[in-house]
Amino acid sequence: MSNTGNDGAFVEFERVQKSYDGENLVVKDLNLSMPKGEFLTMLGPSGSGKTTCLMMLAGFETATHGEIRLDGVSINHIPPHKRGIGMVFQNYALFPHMTVAENLSFPLEVRKMGKSEREEKVMRALGMVQMQDFAGRRPTQLSGGQQQRIALARALVFEPELVLMDEPLGALDKQLRETLQFEITNLAHQLGITVVYVTHDQTEALTMSDRVAVFDDGRIQQLAPPDELYEAPQNSFVAQFIGENNTLEGVVKEIKGNTCIVQLDNGDIIDAIPVNVTAVGERTKVSIRPERVEFDKGRLQADAHTLKAEVLEFIYMGDIFRTRLRVAGMDDFVIKSRNAPDQTRLVPGQQIEIGWLPEDCRALDA
Amino acid sequence: MTDTLDSGPVLAADGRPLKASLNRALRRQKMRSMMLIAPLLIFIMFTFVIPIGQMLFRSVENQIVSDVLPTTTQMLHDWDASTGERPSEDVFAALTKDMMVAVEKKEHTRLGSRLNYETTGISSLFRKTGRRVDDMGEVYTEQFTALDPTWENPVFWADLVALPDAAAALPQTLAAYASFSDTIISEDGDDPREEQPWNTVYLSLYQDLSAASAADLSALPAEVGVAQAAVGGFETQNLGDAFTKIDKDWSSVEVWETIHTYSPDFTNGYFLNSIDRQKTADGSEWRGEQQQIYLTLFVRTLIMSMTITISCILLGYPVAWLLANLPMRTANLLMILVLLPFWTSLLVRTSAWKVLLQQQGVINDIVVWLGLVADDNRLALINNATGTIIAMTHILLPFMILPLYSVMKTVPPTYVRAAKSLGATNWTAFWRVYFPQSVPGIGAGSILVFILSIGYYITPEIVGGTKGVFISNRIAYHISSSLNWGLAAALGSILLAVVMLLYWAYDRIVGIDNVKLGG
Repeated sequence: MSNTGNDGAFVEFERVQKSYDGENLVVKDLNLSMPKGEFLTMLGPSGSGKTTCLMMLAGFETATHGEIRLDGVSINHIPPHKRGIGMVFQNYALFPHMTVAENLSFPLEVRKMGKSEREEKVMRALGMVQMQDFAGRRPTQLSGGQQQRIALARALVFEPELVLMDEPLGALDKQLRETLQFEITNLAHQLGITVVYVTHDQTEALTMSDRVAVFDDGRIQQLAPPDELYEAPQNSFVAQFIGENNTLEGVVKEIKGNTCIVQLDNGDIIDAIPVNVTAVGERTKVSIRPERVEFDKGRLQADAHTLKAEVLEFIYMGDIFRTRLRVAGMDDFVIKSRNAPDQTRLVPGQQIEIGWLPEDCRALDA
Repeated sequence: MTDTLDSGPVLAADGRPLKASLNRALRRQKMRSMMLIAPLLIFIMFTFVIPIGQMLFRSVENQIVSDVLPTTTQMLHDWDASTGERPSEDVFAALTKDMMVAVEKKEHTRLGSRLNYETTGISSLFRKTGRRVDDMGEVYTEQFTALDPTWENPVFWADLVALPDAAAALPQTLAAYASFSDTIISEDGDDPREEQPWNTVYLSLYQDLSAASAADLSALPAEVGVAQAAVGGFETQNLGDAFTKIDKDWSSVEVWETIHTYSPDFTNGYFLNSIDRQKTADGSEWRGEQQQIYLTLFVRTLIMSMTITISCILLGYPVAWLLANLPMRTANLLMILVLLPFWTSLLVRTSAWKVLLQQQGVINDIVVWLGLVADDNRLALINNATGTIIAMTHILLPFMILPLYSVMKTVPPTYVRAAKSLGATNWTAFWRVYFPQSVPGIGAGSILVFILSIGYYITPEIVGGTKGVFISNRIAYHISSSLNWGLAAALGSILLAVVMLLYWAYDRIVGIDNVKLGG
């Protein structure tokens, strides 16, 4: 029970590995450290190991190797019911044979709390999610959103310091999801609880979290605040996974400090900043966000390299225009431009030249 | 919208009321679904519902007594058993006539067996009487023929009863002659004009002539008048004594009381017998201690069925849980093991238990070998209640496991996880969260096992001995051995009613909605 963790870290994963069958690692060497009060999202495609991490933290799966610490104490061998971690499940997992109030009262009962205290806490928790009027209902008599609110209240009613959420909004429609996203983050900050949130919805991750851990292939690919994640992806997986992204493939020709020159496969030359390319001659995937591409020469730097492009498709999307171009022999290059009064509407067949600021173009691993 | 509100019923596009249109549209659908189920419905009606209804009807049906002894039962109406006297001569005269017909139709033995269920000895009494009844009243025949040989002539008789005035003057004679002619025509194919009437006809003639006045007979042939003048001096026969001579039981009040008690067309006698009571002239009374078996059997059947149900729950619940929670491949293998008994004949399985459980059987051998039991003190595991419970628990176990499994399969594992994350120990999570959700499966399995076992027959018959048999074995005995179908039907009806009652109680206490076979 020694405090071996970093100072200030509340939840820590240290060199954690997990294998179910003894042949494949589902989680490979996970290291993660969270301060108290943080809202951290584990984001990733299915099978990336994010849910397994959450289950190990909750205690439903045991780590094959490594140590998980909560508030400095190793919890590897503490059974789930003694960890005192609140959890919200994907399908709500409200007990169908109990009323809403009984569901909320359950964690307090198993903690041998007195009746009046229980009732007070249940009503306070229901108040937090504006569901006081539903105390006597059965879960099946509630809508999905209401059930989710109750599940949230139940995870909070025994005042845990850490709450885990496993894709809690996955089954709800878009509008309700947005409302609840807002409510959950508000509540978390208000109560000062630490939240580990698992989702495969990147919008949810970006809007809710203090930090996002992008999982793929059993590893954290990048752990960063949302803006950094979007604007400065560390590798091509993150760049592809978060937001829309244009990828051009080529070879590094020249590296000059924090800029480099990449020759695309068709011979064109572009400017980029080297993110994880280190040597000339290395193959690279260059990532440019669609909204950072300029086709108005006046807005580009004088010495910027430009590429010839042909407009293939113009899509009017209301707030933005989405234009698909053929660039460097590829048909899926997309640019987005704001629907402003002075904005040019491109016409299919039109020949244009496109360019960007070197810092918006990131040369990543191939 | 507003005009439809004003003008009453909503109309369809063609102006008819919408309700009527809807009904018409649905009628074809209903007809079609009726047609689909019709074959099964008809099959069930004719092979199941109607026969069972008839069978249940036998539990109160009692027409045989009044059918075979129509006049006797009528005459016996006014007889009072409490006097301790045998019935009057008139009753014996009626008995003579009824018996004569019954013997010719060979119905008296059936009636004898029927009444023998109520009072032992009646069967042989009827049989014995049947052999001698045709001599009854012979003394009158002889005296009539001695008076005038014409009385021997079948043609004279046939003409006499055909006369229009005969009916009023000689009512009993006519009735007796009618039974005589009907019987010989239907039973032997004989012509009444060629056969001398039975003694009972002469007996009736004697009775009629003794009661009639000369004026009544004026329209009839002269022979009748002559006979009427002579009957006053006839030698008479005391029929009661004559019957008693055949068998002294005919003077026994008990026999007559039985006939009297069972004269009505419907009786609750079978039901009274089913609960160890017997019908008496004024109500019913408990049978003697030694003769009481059915109540004990009913209670034993219920208690043992409950024991079997509870053992099935205890043994089946963990297995069903494993089935529902193991990985698919292992679970499928286990499922095959659960279903395996279904692929083996019930008789074979039960017989296997006989081999396993007997005193020199495998189980006893093992227990002795382990030194748990002395060799000279081997366990009695068969031919008693223990044997029945062991074998039936084994046989009915799949009926508990399958509904339990299908209900448990629908309980997501996240519920238990949620409970644990909320701080519940393994036991609390199981008892407060998992178990309540599996209760519908327990309900369904219990109803299935209990109802199956309450009517089980083969297994108790083979391994139950005398202490481990069920009421169903007794019903089977009455159906196939004692042939007392009425009693079997009454026992069956009671069993059916008990099951219905328990089902109703279950519905009230647990709620039948709380029964799930899956989903």
